[in-house]
Formats: sequence, structure tokens, C-alpha cells
Amino acid sequence: MLGLFFLGVSLALREGRISPTELCKKCLNRIKKTQHLNAYITVTEESALKQAQQSEVRLLKGVPKGPLDGIPFAVKDNFCTKNIKTTCASKMLKDYTPPYNATVVQKLLDQGAVLMGKANLDEFAMGAGCTDGAFGPVKNPWSYAAPYREQTGAMLESDWAITGGSSGGSAAAVASLTSYLALGSDTGGSTRNPGALCGVVALKPTYGLLSRHGLIPLVNSMDVPGIMARSVNDAAIVLGILQGLDVRDSTTVPAPSPLTELPQDFDVKNICVGIPKEYHAPGLSEETLAQWSRVADLFERAGAQVKQVSLPHTQYSIVCYHVLCHAEVASNMARFDGLEYGHRSQIDSSTEVMYASTRHEGFNDVVRGRILSGNYFLLKQNYQHYFVKAQKVRRLIADDFRNVFGSGVDVLLTPTTLSDAACYQDFTQEDNRTRSAQEDVFTQPANMAGLPAVSVPTALSRRGLPIGLQLIGPALHDKKLLSVAQWIEQRVGFPSISDWDYSRESRNDTAVTKREQTSAV
Amino acid sequence: LSKGFRGGCCPERSSKFSFMWLSLCLSTPQQLVGVVGLEIHAQINSSTKLFSGSSVRFSAPPNSLVSFFDASLPGTLPVLNRRCVEAAVMTGLALNCNINRKSLFDRKHYFYADLPAGYQITQQRQPVAVDGTLTYSLLEGKKRSQVIRKNVHIKQIQLEQDSGKSLHDDVHSQTLIDLNRAGVGLMELVMEPDMSCGEEAAAAVRELQLILQALGTCQGNMSEGQLRVDANVSVHRPGEPLGVRTEVKNINSVRYLARAIDYEIQRQIGILQRGGTVQNETRAYDSKSGFMPEPNLPPLIVYEDNASLPAGIDACQAVVVQKIKEGLPELPSIKRDRLVQTYGILPEHSFTLVNEDGLVEYFEAVLMATKKEPRKVIGWVTNELLGHLKQQDLSVSQSPISPPALAELLELQETGHISSSVAKQVFQKMWRSPGKTAAQITQEHDLGLVSDTAQLHSICQKVVDSHPDEVHAIRNGNKKVLNKLMGLVQKETKGRADPVLVRKILQEKTS
Repeated sequence: MLGLFFLGVSLALREGRISPTELCKKCLNRIKKTQHLNAYITVTEESALKQAQQSEVRLLKGVPKGPLDGIPFAVKDNFCTKNIKTTCASKMLKDYTPPYNATVVQKLLDQGAVLMGKANLDEFAMGAGCTDGAFGPVKNPWSYAAPYREQTGAMLESDWAITGGSSGGSAAAVASLTSYLALGSDTGGSTRNPGALCGVVALKPTYGLLSRHGLIPLVNSMDVPGIMARSVNDAAIVLGILQGLDVRDSTTVPAPSPLTELPQDFDVKNICVGIPKEYHAPGLSEETLAQWSRVADLFERAGAQVKQVSLPHTQYSIVCYHVLCHAEVASNMARFDGLEYGHRSQIDSSTEVMYASTRHEGFNDVVRGRILSGNYFLLKQNYQHYFVKAQKVRRLIADDFRNVFGSGVDVLLTPTTLSDAACYQDFTQEDNRTRSAQEDVFTQPANMAGLPAVSVPTALSRRGLPIGLQLIGPALHDKKLLSVAQWIEQRVGFPSISDWDYSRESRNDTAVTKREQTSAV
Repeated sequence: LSKGFRGGCCPERSSKFSFMWLSLCLSTPQQLVGVVGLEIHAQINSSTKLFSGSSVRFSAPPNSLVSFFDASLPGTLPVLNRRCVEAAVMTGLALNCNINRKSLFDRKHYFYADLPAGYQITQQRQPVAVDGTLTYSLLEGKKRSQVIRKNVHIKQIQLEQDSGKSLHDDVHSQTLIDLNRAGVGLMELVMEPDMSCGEEAAAAVRELQLILQALGTCQGNMSEGQLRVDANVSVHRPGEPLGVRTEVKNINSVRYLARAIDYEIQRQIGILQRGGTVQNETRAYDSKSGFMPEPNLPPLIVYEDNASLPAGIDACQAVVVQKIKEGLPELPSIKRDRLVQTYGILPEHSFTLVNEDGLVEYFEAVLMATKKEPRKVIGWVTNELLGHLKQQDLSVSQSPISPPALAELLELQETGHISSSVAKQVFQKMWRSPGKTAAQITQEHDLGLVSDTAQLHSICQKVVDSHPDEVHAIRNGNKKVLNKLMGLVQKETKGRADPVLVRKILQEKTS
């Protein structure tokens, strides 16, 4: 049951094959069993059981709120949750309890979905490994499954792989079957990157389609709530629920169309798939490249037009992304001064001294480093040279995409990451800054341009770890993007982790999953 | 937030300063003269804050008007208040500004305990209104009857957030923060350095205050901080580049503004004349502080008219310049011209009327109820009424004598029931016993005009008999002495004698 897509579970719930409370307890048990992954910062056991109970009453009466009623979900710990700690994996907010729910959280709760807990992340979502949070790194569930253990001969506890970041906890929660879906946030790839490395579907919708109200910001002009799910169709249904205008976020736009389930028989014959040559970047692993070619071939064989395209300014994107990111970080982090909320230093001989020691104690090196460089970029004498220039390049990058989509390309197919997940020991040989520049290289241009993008898992690598590919579409064409993504999903046959893990306990569930996958093909 | 020269002069030195105004406003080519520019923060008169739904109220309990956004809780976002935009557009139109169809919001960063987000949302790059003019008048001459019109250029009007308030408790070395004011909408008006002395600056601010109050976009009360004025002051010789500026800040009345500016001009002139240099006291920190576009607010678009609204935009939700233009009330300068033309009063009287909140309405209400000529009513309103109000520090609306009551009094005088001197007595009595009509008071105190010919004949005879010298003088042709006798008769009758009748009788008796 745990290995199902949520639509499958939704049906089981409505048919009474399992009750929301039973399902919730199963997930809570699994959270305990997978505690070593460190996917959750806070597990909301008590409130989850209460919500499940309420859902049960509705289901028994035959009046579920919708397909999400009774479905367990996780939320990245940078979305505000009323009366539930929201830490951003930072000492600064380790005891902070917001008085309100983020819009996207509220919308899921309104649908009767059951909140299991708050998922781990890099501190304030600054990172690409989920290795830099105040509550420790998150471990990739796949690095505990048989393929990885067998292929790599990993024996030691320390041989685990990272999840990617910064929404590593959300990805691990969905991948380890403790939640059916999860909210992440995506500023430069923070949802798609761990989605690819953990083998889950990870959608970064068009900027403005989902409300950011209640999302503790990293870069306001690029942040988008991300959706992580076990299937593309699941992600589409959640998108349909979350999208649309929010009066509390002035940057939201009306949804172009109500989105429900995706068509199961999408025809790619009339689709033009662009392969941007600039994404053939140094450091791209042979296996990821092979997956890229494989899927491009799938499209070609199915009659889609596949053509190489150019996004000439791509190489400048990551540098500009970092200038803009650090500048907004410096600004957004200014509010954490220990006065209204959050950590406050004991050293308070003057207001200024209190500010300084609060911020020194509260933030890690990564956050402090970005604030420092961001303030440098915002200095009057540097503003034109860095910030304004980076914004101009940002426009050029958006224009690149516009030109390509204007020339008849419907979607772009790219790798999501350079390779499969690194081993923690290897990943931490380089600092956060270096890793962020490497890991976000394929993902952040979509944020710079505000475009929808989705990562779809396609295969396991030789090491037994997931590889994902990314599709990027024109703004507000999220539904078409997901239809194409589902087409890929239906053909690549990516395995479920439950095929190996806890096999004794969930043999029956596994059979259901496989049957569904087969019938979908 | 720069720490400039703090104004605020001792009131007892006022006479010296008013002397100085005269000399400062006049200049000869080689003299050092003052150059004054103003930055004015006007709190927008709106029921809720600029970017949040919290109420705006003066003197509410501390931290009782604070939304999650105002306290900068993480994850909260600004939502622009349309009323504040309309107020800024309306103010811009009243000051002949160009209204930018598209304006932008920026963040200005500084660490300040009463600025919870660590930045202020303002409009640095592209403000809502630019390039306007404020016309104000100076009253000059011995009786301040000469009206001189002057213009000051308005560089821009920008929307921005107010900060909270800090209270420093030195004894316990604590700082207490009240965020009630944090996020209240402000219009920052930048006036170019087109003024040369405190009096001009004060007159410009006073005119602005009247305009804002007429528009209803700002209540304009300086002592409550609804209107805050910072002055940039420098001195130079005309034709030469401007001198080093200093700032005069935190002035809470128009009167002190004039004094503080003139004090600063004199101080700078003194320094230069002694061969010194004026120090710029603005903190260097301020000029380096970073600006950044506010990423959570899309560009602010205002539309010219309903026809220019794009499809799908609700006219009720949009800010439409034409609609605001049509709703502009009568501005003070227009009102003054109208008063002068309609009622034939003197220009300086129109200033007095318009300057006092509610006085025009009072004046016009009196006119509605009396046949007395406006030129004769104006003195009652600007002298008797206003004098009494000022003496007791009352507003027009608090006047114990209503316009109809005053009109009734004037009507008694006009119809010859009481003399003008008695009318003033009755006014005093009415002031002290509100609710009593002029007629009641006249009757109670037996103040009605004595026009009983026999009685007046007898009084006049008595006066004539007891002043033989005066009578002699009159008979010898000195007709002016008759007035003395008339005064004596009025004294006898406590001013109640019908003057026309008395004059006739006395003339008869002295011919």
C-alpha cells in the first residue's frame, strides 16, 4: 500500500480497503523505521492522527473532500505551518512556531490531506546536497536499498549517498514511502535536484502560478513552491489544487486552466523536443548522457520532432544566478535580528552588539557568507556593476528561452543533474559554494526565466542510484509539460524502491505497483 | 535617519527671530543668502497600512496594531493598499505633478530596531508622481496685506512605509519598540531648494498642509507626526555654486520650522564670515546603504481613464487618474480667490479664513442667515470670533457661538435694535453663556437701543447743560466737538442710544 501512487491509495481509501488512520499509522511506523535518513525535522504524529481521524469520518460518510482526503504528505521546513515549528534547518529559527499556514499548506489541509511532518533541508534552502542544515544531513533512501548496496559493495554506515538539495528531506520522505507527496521549494533547482537524485517526480511550476505566501524566502524573484510525488499524474493533481491567484501574494497569476488528471494517451507526434547543446556540459556523467540520448531516441521513434537548439547565454547563468541570489539573501535575512522572533543572543550590551552576536550564532557559514557577498553586491558603488549587470544577463537568458519556444519548440529535454547522487564523503570534499555552482547548473536557468520544469526519474545508474531528466516548457504551459513528462514516465519503467525495500512486509503492495505500471505502459 | 542638526529654538527669542526673517528674505548680490530644500513625510490618511490590513490609529496601546507582515514574520508578503495609491495620485494631481503610469517599489536597507524587516519599501527609482509645483503666498508689508506668490518645484512624490517607534530607557539600558506605526503609508514629497529662508519654507509647508487637508489625503497634524519636515539648508552668494548642506530635522510645528531654518542659516553665515567651513553632518553610512528592487511587488500601474483599462481589469480595482481628477475638491488657492471675488473681502482676510479649519464654512453659514454685507461680517469672524477662539485654544467647531447665533446678533445690529458697541458686549455675553440668543441677552440686560425721543432729549439736555465750553466751541464752528458730546450721551446710556437720533438732537440743541 505504501508504494502506491496516491491516486491508487485514494481509491483504496474510498473503497474502504484501508482507512486513513491505518494509512497514517503505517506511514508513522515507516518514519520511525527510516529515522536514520533524517528526512524529517519535526514529525507531527499527534496532529496527523487527528487529521486522519477527521478524514475517516468524512470517508465513512461518503463525503471526501477530494482525491487528497486522507493522503499523508510532508512539507519542507521552510513553509510556515500554524502552531508547528518551522525551523529552516537553522539555529536562528530552531524554536520558531509560526502563527499561520503558508497558502500552499493550507490548500492541502483544506483538501483533507494529512500532514506527517516538516522535512529537512539545507539551512534556509541554501545548498544542493541537503548536507548543510543545523539538524544534520539527509541520507538518500536508495543508498540503503539492495541495488546500491549490492552494486557498490557498500558495507559501512558511512557509505551512504546524499539526497541532493535543498529539499532533500521532502525527496527522501516521498522516496522512502513515508509520504505520498511533499512540498519542496525551488529557487535554483532545489526541488528538481533532490527529485532526480532520489528518483521521484519533481515539479517546479511556472513562477507565479503557486503562492509564495508563507514560504520563507531564499530569492523572492525565483522561489517557487515545488511538488514532489511518486508519479507525474499525482504531481499534476496537486498542481491543480495548489495553482492560482492568491491575494496574499501579489506576484501570483490566475491559473490558465483548471488542471485535473492528465490525458493517459498523450500523442507526441506533433511535439517538437529541443535538445539544448549548451547542456552538454563538462562533468556530465556518461550514464546521464546515455539516459538523455535514450529518451531523445524514444521521442524520435514515436514520431516527435527532436532537434538541437541553442541557448547561447546559458554559460553565464549560474554566475548571475549567484549574484542575484546572494543580493536577495542579504536583504531577506536582514529581518533575523533576534528582536521580534527567533534566536536572540545573550550578549546584549547594546542593540548593535546583540544584532551581531545573534546573527553570528544563528546562521551557519553558508548563510553568513552569502549575506556578506550579497551586501557587497548591493553597495552603492557595486550595484551597477554586479546586480544590474546580472539582471541584464537574466533578461538575455529569458530571451534565449523565448526565442527557442518561439521557433516552434514545445519542450526542452535536458539532464537534471550532472550525475547520480554523490557519496556524502565525496560530496563534502568541496564547499557549499562550489557544489551549488556545480549542482544547479542545469536547473537554475528555468528559475532565472520563471519557466516550468519537471524532473522525471528514468533509470537506476550502475551504482543503483536514480538518474533523472528534466523537461522545461514555456511559461504557463505546465499541463503540456506534465503530459510530455508522463509520456516519458510511461515508457522508461523506473522501478519503485518498494521492489527491494521491506519486501517481506509489502509484497502485496509491490505487486499492485507493478501491475499499475504495466497497465500504464 | 541621518543625524543632522536638531532644530527647536527657544520660544522666548521669537522677537529676535522675526526681525531676522526680514533681513534673511531680502538679499543683495554680494550677500550670503540661504538656500532651503524640504523633504516632507506625510502620513497617508487611510484606515489601513500601506502593505497590510492593520488599522492606522494614533495613540493606540503599543503594539496593538501589528499584523504578521508589520512584524516582518518570515514568509509574509506585502499587498499594496489601493487607497494609499489613490491618495498619492490625488496629491500629485493637486501639486501639478506628472503621474507615472508605471512606478516601481524598492527596498532601502538599514539596521534599525524599529524597522523590523531591515529594509523600508519605498520608491527610489520610479516614484508614483514627479515634477510638480507648489504655489504658496507670503503676506508682506506693514499690515501683512501685500500678497506675494512664489513657486517651489516638487521633484517627486513617492510611496513608502513608515517605521515603528523606539523608546530608549537609559536607566535600565533598554530599548522598547512600538510597531503600531510600522508600515503606515507615507508620501515623501521632495521640494527642490527653491526657498531662501524660514518664512518661505514655513509658508510652503503651511500651504501644503492646507492642500493635503483639503484633499483628505493626510490629516497634516505636525505635533502628532502626521506631517514631518526635514529641511536641507545651505548658504551661498547668488550666482555661485550651492554651499555645503546640513539638515534641520524633527520639527513639530510650522512656526519652529521657520525659526530653526533661520537659526541654521545664520549659524552657517556666521561660520563662513569667520572664515570657517560648514560641516556636512549627514552620516556617511546612509549614502552607502543599498537599494534593491522589491521583488514581491509587481510594477504599480495607474490608468489614464476607463477607456485605457485593459480587458479583464475591473474599473473598481484599478487606479484611474481621470476619476481621481474629477473628484478633486476645491484647493485652498482657488478657494481664496473665490472668497475675494464673491464676497469682496480683502485678500489677507481670505488667507485668515482658509488658514483656520472650518472658518470658511462658518463665515458662509453666517452670510446665509444675515442680510449684512460680507465686508461687514468678515471683521466679526476674523477678529471677534477668531480672537476668542485663539485665546481659549479652541477650534472653529468648538465655538460656543454657532453661525446662526452670530447671524442673529448681526441682524439685531443691522436692523438698528442694538448699536455696534453693544453688539460687541452681547457677543461677549453669548460667548460666556452658550445657548442664549442675542435677543435674549439684549432683553435680559436691557441692552436694546434707546430710541425714545423724550428720554433721549432729556439725557442730551443734561449733557449740553453740564458742558457749556463744548457747546460754545461747537457754536463757533468746531463741529468735531459734537462727537465728544455724543460719547458722553452713550456713556450715560451704556452705548444703547440710537446714534442717529442722538446726533440729530444734539445738533438741534447746539445750533
